[in-house]
Amino acid sequence: MSTHSPFDSATQSPVFFDESLRMLRDQIRRFVETEIKPHADAWEAEGATPRALLRKIGDLGFFGIRYPEALGGSDLDQRATVIWAEELGRSTYSGVAITALVHTDMASVHIYNAGNDAQRAEWIPRCISGEAISAVAVTEPGAGSDVKGIATRARRDGDHYILNGAKMFITNGVLADVYCVAAKTDPEARPSQSVTMFLVEKGTPGFTVSRALDKHGWRSSDTAELRFDNARIPAANILGREGGGFYEIMKNFQNERLVLGAMCMGECQAALELTVAYLRDRKAFGAPLWDKQAIRQRLAMLSARVESCRQFIYATAARAAAGEEVVREVSMIKALAGELVNEVMYDCVQFHGGMGFMRESTIERMARDARVQSIGGGATEVMLEEVAKRM
Amino acid sequence: MKVLVPVKRVIDYNVKVRVKADGSGVDLANVKMSMNPFDEIAVEEAIRLKEAGKAEEIVAVSVGVKQAQETLRTALAMGADRAILVVAADDVHTDIEPLAVAKILAKVVEAEQPGLVLCGKQAIDNDMNATGQMLSALLGWSQGTFASELSVDGDHATVTREVDGGLQTIKVKMPAIITVDLRLNEPRYASLPNIMKAKKKPLDEKTAADYGVDVAPRLEIVKTAEPAARAAGIMVGSVDELVQKLKDVGAI
Ligand SMILES: Cc1cc2nc3c(=O)[nH]c(=O)nc-3n(C[C@H](O)[C@H](O)[C@H](O)COP(=O)(O)OP(=O)(O)OC[C@H]3O[C@@H](n4cnc5c(N)ncnc54)[C@H](O)[C@@H]3O)c2cc1C
Ligand SMILES: Cc1cc2nc3c(=O)[nH]c(=O)nc-3n(C[C@H](O)[C@H](O)[C@H](O)COP(=O)(O)OP(=O)(O)OC[C@H]3O[C@@H](n4cnc5c(N)ncnc54)[C@H](O)[C@@H]3O)c2cc1C
Repeated sequence: MSTHSPFDSATQSPVFFDESLRMLRDQIRRFVETEIKPHADAWEAEGATPRALLRKIGDLGFFGIRYPEALGGSDLDQRATVIWAEELGRSTYSGVAITALVHTDMASVHIYNAGNDAQRAEWIPRCISGEAISAVAVTEPGAGSDVKGIATRARRDGDHYILNGAKMFITNGVLADVYCVAAKTDPEARPSQSVTMFLVEKGTPGFTVSRALDKHGWRSSDTAELRFDNARIPAANILGREGGGFYEIMKNFQNERLVLGAMCMGECQAALELTVAYLRDRKAFGAPLWDKQAIRQRLAMLSARVESCRQFIYATAARAAAGEEVVREVSMIKALAGELVNEVMYDCVQFHGGMGFMRESTIERMARDARVQSIGGGATEVMLEEVAKRM
Repeated sequence: MKVLVPVKRVIDYNVKVRVKADGSGVDLANVKMSMNPFDEIAVEEAIRLKEAGKAEEIVAVSVGVKQAQETLRTALAMGADRAILVVAADDVHTDIEPLAVAKILAKVVEAEQPGLVLCGKQAIDNDMNATGQMLSALLGWSQGTFASELSVDGDHATVTREVDGGLQTIKVKMPAIITVDLRLNEPRYASLPNIMKAKKKPLDEKTAADYGVDVAPRLEIVKTAEPAARAAGIMVGSVDELVQKLKDVGAI
C-alpha cells in the first residue's frame, strides 16, 4: 500500500509545517515503514516493544524533539510533537506508538518540566538516547479520573521519603528504568496542595512490579500494576516542589491531550487508507464495494470529520507553540479525537465484512487498539467537563 | 577529494502516479515529491567515502525548480556539506532534459573541481539513464555505470557493475563519473539533530542562465498513457484446472 495518499495533503502543507518539519515527518514515516511495521506482530505476541527498537529511535534523535540542544535534544515545539504522534499512530501498531509516546510526552516531560538542573542532567540525555525509558505513575486501583483521590502516601523520614501504595495501568510499567510517581505528602492539605511527584528508579528497595496486565489492545505496550511497600526514596528525588505535584500533572496534561489526539488522527488516516484500498479491490454484486454509494459516502464523511479534527489539532499545536493558552482546545481535541477514532474503526471493521472480525486483519487490531483512546489520558466525559467549565 | 553529488527531485516512489487529462505528462500538483532513490544511494556512498577518510567535502547539486531546495536539504541532513541549487524551470511539471542537466553539471564541475561525481544511474520519473554518461562525454572523464560496489584508491576507482547476466569489475582513472545502482548501499536516515543542522549549511542558488546553458527542450512528448489495468484474477481449485485455464487463454 502506498505510504503517501490523498489523506496527506494537509500533512505536506507549508501552511502548517516548514521544510524541516516535513523532513522530520518523512524520516519518521520511513522508520515506521521499515523498522516497525514488518516486525511488530512479534512484539504484539510478546507483549512489549523491544529496547533495541527504542535505542534505534534514540539514535535518530526522535526522543529529543522537545528538549534543549544542551541536553541532546532538538528544541522543537508542539508542531513537531504532533507529527511524531501522528506518524506513530499511523503505524497501525498503537502499542508500539504508546510505548514511545508515553516516554517522550507523558513521563520524561515530568523530569524536564519539574526537575532541577541536576535531575535533568542525569536523566534527560539518557531518555533522549533511549538508554533510559520512563514511565509515569499517577493512576491507582482506586483513583483514575479523580487524580486528587490518590491514596499512595509519602512520609518524610530524615533525608528520605517512605512510599506506600499501589499504581495501576502504568504504561512501560514493567520495562521502564525511571518512574515519575505521584504520592500524597500532606493528606491534610487542600487536595490540590497535597500531591508531590517523585523520581523513582527501577530497583529501589520496596518498589516492585506486582503484575503485567493483559489488555484488550495496545498489546505491544507493556502495562503494569506497581507496588510501593515502604520504598525509601531520597528526598533529592522530589520533582519540583513538595505539594506541587497536582499542578505539574495538570500542566503536563495539556501536551498529553494534544499528543493523544494526534495519535488518534494517525490511526484514523491509516484505517481509512487501508479500508478504501480494501473496498476498491473487494468485489460483490458485480462491482467493487467502493462503487456502493452507501459505503463510500460514509467513508467520505468520516474522512471529512477526521480532516477537520486533524487541522484543529494542527492549528492548536501552532497556537500552543506561540505560547497561547489552549486548555479548552486540547480538552475538546481529546474528547473529539478519542470518540472519532472509535467511530472510524467501527465503520472500517464493518466494511471489511467478516474479515474485519478476524485476527489476521490489520483493522481488527486497530479497532482494539483504538478503544482505549476515549478512556485513557482523560476519559471523554472528564474532558467534556473541562470544556463545559469553559463555556 | 571533493565529491559532487547531483540529486533530482522526483515524484515519491510510493505515490500512485496519475496521468494528466490531456496526456501531456504526469500530474504533479499537490503530489508528494522526494529525492530520486538512486541519488539517495549516491549521497550515502559519498558520505561513506568521507567517513572512510577518502573524501573531504560533499557538494550536492540539483537542477530544476526552486522547490528542489527541499531535496538538497535532505541531502544536507543526510550528511552533505553544502548544496547548489540551479533553478532552471518555474513550473513543477517542466522536466529538464538530461543533456541540459549534463551541460549545467559540466559547468559546476569546472567551478568546483571535484575528484569524483557520484550520481544515480537514472531518475525514477522518466528513466532516462543518460545524465551521468552525457556528463562523462562532455568532460572527457572516465565513467563507471550501474555501480553495485565502489572503492576509491588514489588515482583510480574500482567499480563493480551490474550487467546482464552477472557482475563486471572495471578499474577507471580518476577523476570519474560513477552512476550508482540499487544494491550499492542502504541510505541512512537523516537524524533529527542532522535535520536541524542542515538548516544552517550553505545552499547557493544559481540559475541556468548563470551557467549560460540553454535548457529549452529538444524532445517532444507525444503522449503519456497509464499502463493497462491489470485484469481481475480467478481462484483455481487444482493444478489441472490451472493448466486447463492457461491452455484456454493460449498461454501454453
Ligand atoms: C492501557 C492503559 C494505559 C494507561 N497508562 C497509564 C500510565 O502510564 N500512567 C497513569 O498514571 N495512568 C495510566 N492509565 C490510566 C488512565 O489514565 C485511566 O484509566 C483514566 O484516567 C481513567 O481512569 P479510571 O480507569 O480509573 O476510570 P474511572 O476514573 O474509574 O472512570 C470510569 C469511567 O467513568 C466515567 N467518568 C469518570 N469520571 C467522570 C465524570 N466526572 N463525569 C462523567 N463520567 C465520568 C468515564 O467514562 C470513565 O471512563 C492507563 C490506562 C490504560 C487503560
Ligand atoms: C465469525 C464468523 C462466522 C461465520 N460463519 C459462517 C458460516 O458458518 N457459514 C457461512 O457460510 N458464512 C459464515 N460467515 C460469513 C458471513 O456470513 C459473512 O462474513 C457476511 O455475509 C459478510 O460477507 P463478507 O464477509 O464476504 O463481506 P462482504 O460481502 O465483502 O461485505 C463487506 C461489507 O461491505 C458492506 N456491503 C456489502 N454489500 C453491500 C451493499 N450491497 N451495499 C452496501 N454495503 C454493502 C457491508 O458492510 C459488509 O460488511 C461467518 C462470518 C464470521 C465473521
